[in-house]
Amino acid sequence: MPLLRFFCAPYAACANLPAHNAMGQNLFEKVWDAHAVRSLSNGQTQLLIGTHLIHEVTSPQAFGMLRDLGFKVKYPSRTFATVDHIVPTDQRVEPFSDPLADAMIRELRRNVEEFGITYFDLATGKQGIVHVVGPEQGITQPGTTIACGDSHTATHGAFGAIAFGIGTTQVRDVLATQTIALGKLKVRRINVEGSLSPGVYAKDVIMHIIAQLGAKGGIGYAYEYGGSLLESLSMEERMTVCNMSIEGGARCGYVNPDEKTFEYLKGRPYSPEGDEWEEAVERWQSMASDEGCSYDDVVNIRAEDIAPTVTWGVSPDQAFSINGNLPDPETATSEAERLSIDESLAYMKLEAGTAIKGTRVDVAFLGSCTNGRLSDFREVARYLKGHKVAEGVKAIAVPGSQIVDALARKEGLHEVFTEAGFEWRGAGCSMCLAMNPDKLVGDQLCASSSNRNFKGRQGSPTGRTVLMSPVMVAAAAVSGEISDAREVFEVEGALA
Amino acid sequence: MALEKITKISGSAVYVPGNDLDTDRIIPARFMKCVTFDGLGDYLFHDVRKDEDGKDRDHPLNDARFSAASILVTNANFGCGSSREHAPQALSRYGFRAVIAESFADIFFGNCTTLGMPCVVATAEEVRALAAAVEEAPAAEVIIDVVGRRGLSAGMDFAVDIPSAAHESLISGQWDPIAELQEGDEEVTERVSALGYLAPVK
Repeated sequence: MPLLRFFCAPYAACANLPAHNAMGQNLFEKVWDAHAVRSLSNGQTQLLIGTHLIHEVTSPQAFGMLRDLGFKVKYPSRTFATVDHIVPTDQRVEPFSDPLADAMIRELRRNVEEFGITYFDLATGKQGIVHVVGPEQGITQPGTTIACGDSHTATHGAFGAIAFGIGTTQVRDVLATQTIALGKLKVRRINVEGSLSPGVYAKDVIMHIIAQLGAKGGIGYAYEYGGSLLESLSMEERMTVCNMSIEGGARCGYVNPDEKTFEYLKGRPYSPEGDEWEEAVERWQSMASDEGCSYDDVVNIRAEDIAPTVTWGVSPDQAFSINGNLPDPETATSEAERLSIDESLAYMKLEAGTAIKGTRVDVAFLGSCTNGRLSDFREVARYLKGHKVAEGVKAIAVPGSQIVDALARKEGLHEVFTEAGFEWRGAGCSMCLAMNPDKLVGDQLCASSSNRNFKGRQGSPTGRTVLMSPVMVAAAAVSGEISDAREVFEVEGALA
Repeated sequence: MALEKITKISGSAVYVPGNDLDTDRIIPARFMKCVTFDGLGDYLFHDVRKDEDGKDRDHPLNDARFSAASILVTNANFGCGSSREHAPQALSRYGFRAVIAESFADIFFGNCTTLGMPCVVATAEEVRALAAAVEEAPAAEVIIDVVGRRGLSAGMDFAVDIPSAAHESLISGQWDPIAELQEGDEEVTERVSALGYLAPVK
């Protein structure tokens, strides 16, 4: 047998594989090929989903369809559930005061029980935002396909997984068949070279990328983030970058797995152990993009060009440096752009050509699947000590999971926040999307560490969102206005 | 699964202007507190159609001239944002059968196709011309020839782009892929064992 393999392998490589394979493959292509079951009649691929994550908002109708069709869940052990969007973060006594939210959590419990699905419920101490729970449990692994009825599933791409959001009918497809029908994406490599100045964070990196490439620039693409800056980022920072791929139009985004990835995963509850660990690491390493492989597009960005970044409009690509001036519709290059600037400034109640710095803030929100991990709270706490939230500002800090909450408390971080005047809350999606009691009121302006500044996103049809990094949120909270955190906190080495 | 072959959509149209009309705009998150999709049509574009007192704002969907519209015409990156199928469900339950736009967000596009609702792409110029025609004659019939990838309206005949997979799925009546996915069951099992990592976990 070994002899035969030795004999056949070079022949197969020459005869069957497309020419570009001579240069190697990128991670997306390797993972795609490994999970491609077969071609479908419409030309799409039946793609195997290794890991399926579900939550209470986009799964109940899928289970309903499953029951209507009389189907079972094909691989119950490959679906993991948690509850995040509708969970109140202040008091968590059940039944929830909102009967609709209460009905949703009860429906999720009924579904996971009936179909035998692992569920990180409130009482487990492991509940949290689905994109925080997956990595911290070691469920998120390199070289796998991960799907979830949630567009921020790209977060898991930080581990070198091909992870993407799906609709509810596709949630049904994964439950019933462990596969979905999908067309192959193109791959854009985004190189970020260099290092960030003090006071500039992973959040600024992804907001800068989206501002450069546009909210629809990634349609049809998977984004591969790389370069010396990405290599230098921690796993949690990489998650922040990958998380917002969809805000740039890219269905998935990833970073190639490396020693940091393996180090993060070692010893986690669902990580492989013993001999299986060594085998897994070898497999994971083999899935990384080959040196010299080809991409459909390559974009180069200099880390030094990235400033603390804030949004000024109602689309995530309407973002600029904190020290920039608001755009003037009169200088727009097209009628569509003029209308869009006009509409956004009117909604945000901002004035063309002026600075955004100094705009009054009503609410400061720290949390979400973008920036609700331990390192986010640690970094903010470094600066928040000795400061007080400005009068009239409501400031909330919401850990992304019960485990983040527990670890933060163990370090005393929650006290730093509460002493400064923040409310320290329980784990959930909170004010990122306002499917729970945490909402803006009227036209309140929120300095937010979340991912979307759409009209009405934070629960009030006239509410205004300015996206920024967690440290910038803290600066806004203590100064009462949109500020440059490097000035508010006198960040060492910044603004040299 | 025998599904309707979607070869042609015809009806009157309404133009809802704007680039990047996101899924929160299409269906605000607070209306997603539900365990079925029933009734979502009532909340389509809710926060841009109603003011804080629940009174109608100035919006094309509140204009009686367009109340019978079954084709939505809009601009670029329609349906960006969340993966919520609640957005296409709200459009479909409101009465829309198809969308013509300059471009669509990926996840939204796939969700619409799976519901048998064609999303077809026209150029910015054609969208502008169609919007003007709809404003001029709100009741005029607009036809999307899905098979031939054409858009037709009084005095207009233009090409529309429908990616080949969606095109094939719609016209062959296989826009819901579940039956075909199930046919691949044996190959799925083989692939699962070949990959190893999908073995039952603790």
